Amino acid sequence: MIAAKLIWKCLERENVTTIFGYPGGALLPMYEALRQSSIEHILVRNEQAAPHYASGYARESGKVGVCLATSGPGATNLVTGIATAYLDSIPIVALTGQVNRDLIGTDAFQEADIFGATTPFTKHSYLVKDPLDLPRIIREAFHIASTGRPGPVLIDIPRDLQEENIKNVKFVDKVNIRGYKPTYEGHTGQVRRAIRKIKSSKRPVIYAGGGVRLSYAQDELLKFAEDTGIPVITTLMGIGAFPEDHPLYCGVVGSHGFEYSNKIMEHADLCICIGARMSDRGTTNNVANMNNMELIHIDIDPAEIGKNINDTNIPIVGDAKTVLLELMSKDIKKDTQDWLKTIEMIREDFPILFDANTELDGINPKLLFDAVSDIVPDDTTLVADVGLNQIWAALYFKIIKNRRFFTSGGLGTMAYAIPAAAGVAFATREHPKTILAVCGDGSFQMCMGELGVIAEHHLPVKIIMINNHKLGMVRQQQHDNYGKNHYSGTDINFDVDFMEIAKAYAIKGYRASTNEEALDAIKDALAQPGPTLVECQVNEDFIHI
Amino acid sequence: MERHCLSLLVENNFGVLARISGLFARRGYNIDSLTVGTTQDDNFSRITMTVTADEQTLEQIKKQLNKLINVIKVIELKQGEAIRRELVFIKVKANDQTRSRVVEISNLFRASVVDVAKESLVLEITGTLSKVDAFLNMIEPYGIIEFVRSGVTGLQRGKHQIGC
Repeated sequence: MIAAKLIWKCLERENVTTIFGYPGGALLPMYEALRQSSIEHILVRNEQAAPHYASGYARESGKVGVCLATSGPGATNLVTGIATAYLDSIPIVALTGQVNRDLIGTDAFQEADIFGATTPFTKHSYLVKDPLDLPRIIREAFHIASTGRPGPVLIDIPRDLQEENIKNVKFVDKVNIRGYKPTYEGHTGQVRRAIRKIKSSKRPVIYAGGGVRLSYAQDELLKFAEDTGIPVITTLMGIGAFPEDHPLYCGVVGSHGFEYSNKIMEHADLCICIGARMSDRGTTNNVANMNNMELIHIDIDPAEIGKNINDTNIPIVGDAKTVLLELMSKDIKKDTQDWLKTIEMIREDFPILFDANTELDGINPKLLFDAVSDIVPDDTTLVADVGLNQIWAALYFKIIKNRRFFTSGGLGTMAYAIPAAAGVAFATREHPKTILAVCGDGSFQMCMGELGVIAEHHLPVKIIMINNHKLGMVRQQQHDNYGKNHYSGTDINFDVDFMEIAKAYAIKGYRASTNEEALDAIKDALAQPGPTLVECQVNEDFIHI
Repeated sequence: MERHCLSLLVENNFGVLARISGLFARRGYNIDSLTVGTTQDDNFSRITMTVTADEQTLEQIKKQLNKLINVIKVIELKQGEAIRRELVFIKVKANDQTRSRVVEISNLFRASVVDVAKESLVLEITGTLSKVDAFLNMIEPYGIIEFVRSGVTGLQRGKHQIGC
């Protein structure tokens, strides 16, 4: 069997049905073999978007997302997307073509050391030198990407190797990597200590991160919170880990979180951190009194414990779901009524105001996302880009029941939402659902070409574009750091006719300049079977806080 | 901040050393020395490194190293529990007047003379960091032309082993 064919066979054995790629010289044998494979190839319009499609696909389906690019510029275009997946712990496998083995290291045409370039932000990577290794490497790559703390794995495949003929192909089922044995179960001693600490605490909070979602531990977290009566705060990545209409839900923490959520953190005497890395973004504005707060840190990655916060009182290395079940194996009921009363007072002192009294013209995006929450189905997936649009969607769109919220939380990669939402759509083609892609006029213009994919496949992606003609979040930071009129490089000076853009791609477009118009447009968009673009005019001075 | 000696068992694969040195570079860890060599099993290599770090950083270094898929085991070679040695070559000025005194000092330290020229000697010494430093200190007045240190390597004493 020719190695190129073997590669696809191996991917089929990993249950890969869809890949997101862009061809090139170093991939010619693989694309030739792909024609006879059951795997569907989605031609992205720029390799930069390919890992984001794979990321949205992975987050929605729970499977490993796969992207593919040729050597050199194709591969380097994947870099940002791979780093994005790394920072958010999303399981993807990136395949890259490489120049012939005898040309590696000679600065050949379209040669780039993608293996070396991506080592800092891949969970693992391979440069294949012997085609006989392919079955093992591909099996290992999918195993590594999807187990433990998930993450991206890169496989670099030289062109001449793809053309080699292999006799006696041996597929690999079992993986045994000596240096990779993730820990799922918590240390019993530490779990016991944690239970004691939880019981003796007076003002505990659960600080839930993306790890709760990656381990599909939402039900366990809900039960744990209800059994103990402990309130739940999430990080940006943790949105969706806990239903937002639950009485114990206490909002989103961090530099862009709710003020009341941060205040609650400040009052807590015990933080039970589950599947979060206590990142700078998450702990800004709330760990001023970390000295008075004890920390139980549950994470599947031992290196996250003690990395950002020095004083972890009880470290538990393990999978969020498994450890929650272990914690619940003992009686952990406790009375938190006094604490919940204090929290109610904090909520009243720091209410969510929606800036409802603003005199600025245009759409109030906070009220808009709140209203959109009331008209979309309970299984909607919202993919937010990066910037003000992201924060408004994160804070004001309600994630309840089976809704999902995806964003580039760790790396903060603009132009994530549209390709990732398309990835969600590819993952749900058999059971189409409502998919919202929220972006700004900045991020929209960064990946406009991908509209071609959405249009080609008639994907039910409903784009909500916040158009303030500015790079709003950076502009706000310029204002906050340097004062009014210290704006620099954040004006998008050309007024694009986005309706014409939508029309060019045969995407139904709506332009709205009031909340009523926007909501009506979104209602109409939701009723359309295919893609839509709702452009929401927002005043440039409408800011985050 | 203290100096610590780490011993790593790693897969003898393409790119492993780059992963490790890259990890130290991008996370800002101080690496004082690094040696690499094969083991009794061709599939594995042994890396010995000395790092200067406080306890918390050392803990992170070990955890981050363990995260690398190609790293099989990380142990600390602690004084008393392990043999730690370094090999050093020193080219020192030596003429007819000073040669015998340099050789005398070398003998005291069990260093050996490995090259003799009209105006210089090359000395070879193996020992702990403190022994090497003491020797360099004694030789220094004669005029050190250049020296090269292999970096520390070491092995646990007794029944302990890193396991291949």
